[in-house]
Amino acid sequence: MKTYTYTEKKDTRSGFGAGLTELGRTNRNVVALCADLVGSLKMDQFIEENPDRFFQVGIAEANMMGLAAGLTIGGKIPFTGTFANFSTGRVYDQIRQCIAYSGKNVKICASHAGLTLGEDGATHQILEDIGLMKMLPGMTVINTCDYNQTKAATIAIADHQGPVYLRFGRPAVPVFTPADQNFQIGKAIKLTEGKDVTIVATGHLVWEALEASKVLFERGISAEVINIHTIKPLDEKAILESVSKTGCIVTAEEHNIIGGLGESVARVLSLHRPTPQEFIGTNDIFGESGTPAQLMEKYGLNSVSIISKAESVIKRK
Amino acid sequence: MPSTQHLNDLTIQVRRDILRMVHKVNSGHPGGSLGCTEFLVALYNVIMTRKEGFNMDGIGEDLFFLSNGHISPAFYSVLARAGYFPIEELNTFRLINSRLQGHPTTHEGLPGVRIASGSLGQGMSVALGAAQAKKLNNDHHIIYSLHGDGELQEGQNWEAIMYASAKKVDNIIATVDLNGQQIDGSTDTVLPMGSIKEKFEAFGWIVFEIEEGNNMVAILKGMSEAKSKTGQGKPVCVLLKTVMGNGVDFMMHTHAWHGKAPNDEQLAIGLAQNPETLGDY
Repeated sequence: MKTYTYTEKKDTRSGFGAGLTELGRTNRNVVALCADLVGSLKMDQFIEENPDRFFQVGIAEANMMGLAAGLTIGGKIPFTGTFANFSTGRVYDQIRQCIAYSGKNVKICASHAGLTLGEDGATHQILEDIGLMKMLPGMTVINTCDYNQTKAATIAIADHQGPVYLRFGRPAVPVFTPADQNFQIGKAIKLTEGKDVTIVATGHLVWEALEASKVLFERGISAEVINIHTIKPLDEKAILESVSKTGCIVTAEEHNIIGGLGESVARVLSLHRPTPQEFIGTNDIFGESGTPAQLMEKYGLNSVSIISKAESVIKRK
Repeated sequence: MPSTQHLNDLTIQVRRDILRMVHKVNSGHPGGSLGCTEFLVALYNVIMTRKEGFNMDGIGEDLFFLSNGHISPAFYSVLARAGYFPIEELNTFRLINSRLQGHPTTHEGLPGVRIASGSLGQGMSVALGAAQAKKLNNDHHIIYSLHGDGELQEGQNWEAIMYASAKKVDNIIATVDLNGQQIDGSTDTVLPMGSIKEKFEAFGWIVFEIEEGNNMVAILKGMSEAKSKTGQGKPVCVLLKTVMGNGVDFMMHTHAWHGKAPNDEQLAIGLAQNPETLGDY
């Protein structure tokens, strides 16, 4: 079995900052907006190098989304930066009318998504954002897994015409994908070959899925781990090909199981190949304060839970 | 510049279009549309520097954003009669498979529309974004926008109003249609807003008032003065005092026609008060 290791942990938001910095140097049309969270979003370098192309809007996310929509009229490619909660739930109607329905080329970049935001608690830990964004017609939804992938995705979405929601997180997590990767929107990445169970994961749960696959391998279970960085459009072919071989699937995400990746996968399977599925995700709850590791353990969003669900779904074949 | 006679003829013809459009589908918003007719006619036929045809980016020309999207009948009529699309298409207003949706949208690709509006309070932010894109592009044209007065109850406006002066966005002229009416009644009964002029000034804007917002000469004079104040480090606001339903006597001075279409008899009365000038669609 192919195994993955890492030499360092880095936060995915720093990958966003690095990608944005590179875009600042290579694409004159890229502009950035932030609602008083420059440091948290790691936008400092871009701002230092491109002060004229940065718009500090203050604590006013609704205005930020409208400004971004307006900036596209004139050929700019705006990247908005704030926490995931303030990037989605707070400004849903602004995104819906002025960005999605209006078909504007805005990149909504959202940090501190999910439980791993940690101690700030449920007011800031949005677990509904993937659902909110994937329901918007024409919106591309991406949830990256590590520093390198987040950097690559940030650069890639500038060349995609249309609105994008790019979701990443706060804590330092293992860096295990290649620094030189070519990020392809909508193209799933098969990380391990397996025949007994498919594990499709997104965001921080991808590494946990790889950890789970190692333990499962030791227990004689061959798991096929797929990194679904793009939740919409979903790589249906990759999922169907994998379950045609394994016959069962576990989906894993740092998000409510209602409205998340798991439901998108279930729709594909029910249409084309009904398959036993287990869901890793929060179960219709709000988060709470705690360390990221404590929260992921309490709400069952780690490799231990993935192993357990994999073993149980195999029995349902 | 078109003659005063032509502008008056166009205004009357747009009023007819509005009445006929909303009557045909028994829905839409005639009151605010009629109140802003003179302003939109002036904007598209005199005030704005426009290029031939329609390009979304609008580089090298003045742009207009309609925030109070429910006055789409007036907007569509003025756009069609300014050459953005055939006037016959006004026949499709609010019908299925039409580019003339109930509220303006870019989704169906209607030339002349650059943003969807209808959910209120969002247009000021979009206009400011477009204004800043113009500055980045070293494009010295002006962004115009129109907002309802009731619409100012939406908080996002005040985020945008605060931002505009803080960032010295001085290539925008935002006009507020001060007709004093909203769906549930007069703005003073629904949610009194005090002095809108003082509020804008307190937020650092240059404010002009056009007392006769349905008088073409007054509009042209006021907007010309407003334009002369752009480029001086401050955003510019025009408070346009209009009469809702202007030009159709039974629709004037009431909120009753905010979102109600005339019946056959009422249409006939309204059209008789505005005899055909440039030809119906």
